[in-house]
Amino acid sequence: MTTIKQNTLALNGDEAVALAVKQSDVDVVAAYPITPQTIIVEKFSEYIADGEVETEFVCTESEHSALSACLTASATGARTFTASASAGLALMHEILYVTSGCRAPIVMAIANRALSAPINIHCDHSDSMAERDSGWIQIYVENSQEAYDSIIQAFRIAEHPDVLLPVMVCLDAFFLSHTLENVKTLPNEAVQEFIGDRQIPLVLGHEGEKVPFKLDPKNPITIGPLALYDYYFEHKRQQEEAMREALRIIRQVHNEFAETSGRKYGNGLIETYHLEDAEIATVCVGSTAGTIKTVVDQLREQGVKAGILRLRTLRPLPFSDIKKALEGVKALAVMDRSNSFGGHGGPVFHEIRHVLYGTHSTPFVVNYIFGLGGRDMPQNAILGIYRDLQAILKTERVVEDVRFAGVRE
Amino acid sequence: MKEADLMLKHPLAKYLRQERMPHIWCEGCGNGILLNSFLEGLDELKQNLDRIVVVSGIGCIGRAAGYINVDSFHTTHGRAIPFATGVKLANPNLKVVVISGDGDLFAIGGNHFIHAARRNVDIKVICANNFNYGMTGGQYGPTTPLGSWTTTTPYGNIEHPFNLVHLAAASGAVYVARWTTLQVRRLKNSIKKALQKEGFSLVEVISPCPEIFDRYNKLGTAVDVMKWFKLISQVKHGYDPAKAEVAKNKIIVGEFVDIEKPSYGRLLREMTANVQDKLKGEK
Repeated sequence: MTTIKQNTLALNGDEAVALAVKQSDVDVVAAYPITPQTIIVEKFSEYIADGEVETEFVCTESEHSALSACLTASATGARTFTASASAGLALMHEILYVTSGCRAPIVMAIANRALSAPINIHCDHSDSMAERDSGWIQIYVENSQEAYDSIIQAFRIAEHPDVLLPVMVCLDAFFLSHTLENVKTLPNEAVQEFIGDRQIPLVLGHEGEKVPFKLDPKNPITIGPLALYDYYFEHKRQQEEAMREALRIIRQVHNEFAETSGRKYGNGLIETYHLEDAEIATVCVGSTAGTIKTVVDQLREQGVKAGILRLRTLRPLPFSDIKKALEGVKALAVMDRSNSFGGHGGPVFHEIRHVLYGTHSTPFVVNYIFGLGGRDMPQNAILGIYRDLQAILKTERVVEDVRFAGVRE
Repeated sequence: MKEADLMLKHPLAKYLRQERMPHIWCEGCGNGILLNSFLEGLDELKQNLDRIVVVSGIGCIGRAAGYINVDSFHTTHGRAIPFATGVKLANPNLKVVVISGDGDLFAIGGNHFIHAARRNVDIKVICANNFNYGMTGGQYGPTTPLGSWTTTTPYGNIEHPFNLVHLAAASGAVYVARWTTLQVRRLKNSIKKALQKEGFSLVEVISPCPEIFDRYNKLGTAVDVMKWFKLISQVKHGYDPAKAEVAKNKIIVGEFVDIEKPSYGRLLREMTANVQDKLKGEK
């Protein structure tokens, strides 16, 4: 275990991200302001102006341009970071696919915020959930400490030659982005030693020679050209392979980081809390997990066998880890902070029920859509969900499998 | 008498949605003056409010769409002009006004601005220019003067800003004016003129941002900024917009463009009518 002396700082989630980016020796940052991500870029601008980093920074004229600039910077071999949220992420949609398709290992922080309309600046997951098929790795964090740790891990994961995919680190708007927390931080050298230099793998050049996979006048290659029905499909198949590799690399990087920092989040893909012998459980992503754990503690004190599975990585989906972790659970509530309109439940619900199909003893499963547009999810509401699960166990039937928690109807 | 009857009523209150008050704008912000000038213009022209549509984008001034008691649309960031274009084309009888900020109209929405001006879409753009992204906390944008301090340029801005009136004129606008929030009467008159003209119009309103940009740049209180406007504003009607500077020691204000040119909507309707006549003739 670690012997590195760590410095405890009072940071909000955005500042924790900015500090992690600073320590990660990033070459290029291109961004556009959007609440509640702004503090990340503002803080980073200060680091640049104060000469604490040697990063090139540009505040572009839109998010579409910001990610485009990051993509080309990354294609030259630069370590690249950006941050966005909500409508900003939606505007990046086109370039998200180009980024993953070009295998550009960009790291982006998302301060999860609701999509318009009506206009709303507060937390839900509708922005990043809409991008879960864009070929980006998605890590959802529970607190600012995890935001800091995950950004550092994200560069290692993204740039790993077996992965080479962009990574989104998603933190809940305001609940994390703007809330002060004690965050243990590593010394700069420890972070730099952990991440190291960006590794550029060799690929076949135009004349069959091996060249580094980057735009380099000495070894010219073309990135992102036309591939129709002749080769497009193979590229997409390789992206899927990279995602499968990412399952292994995320765990590996997470374990190595635990050696350095002493901090772990489950196995890096999922985190369980009192799930081993749980009869009733919830599945969720993001900061709500913290509140749920408190409720689980209260229930455990009352002798109720309650637990929680927090999904840290949504893409790639840790299919077999989830399946194994939920073995033995009899009634399950899947929590969604976004909705798939007309889709019979939210996106996390779709994923989890998909995992559970064909298992020997499929539990009763219900979905709760909650907290849209930043609506609070207090302990008593979560307690109500566990009570609902107890009722389901008692009656052995689910009356309504998609439910809405905390909304006027 | 009831207490409510004794309260003074704002003379333009009927144009505002009282249930949305108080507004979110900071003390000393120029947005109130801009909105007031627009409402006075409407009032003096005795406009039929059923025929007025206000479209706004994201930013502090974007809230105007929600405050004004007319049909309005608060769009996503940068998209006020395309929304307004759609409204105008769908119903040419409406007067469509875009009220938005410099960041919204000229950064993320910049492309829409130049192309709507080029086509001469019959919409009126009133731009509150406060030199920064005020609502998101004061980042630099496309109008931030060289050397200015913002949260993303802690040692001064090194990007050259747009000259909005020059951009509008070069892109094809038929009416282009600039005022500061000090010249309220002239601002109102320009808005009235734009409302009565056919074609793409820009009224730029240089506006104080006392809590963010002005404070960061040590420009003093809102009153100090108004005094500064008074000291350095130079009224030059018909001046070459390319030379109409916005600088620390000089702000050129006035009407820079006032020309006649058929609007996109008119040309579209004429062409459609011609084609339909021809088709009828062939039958």
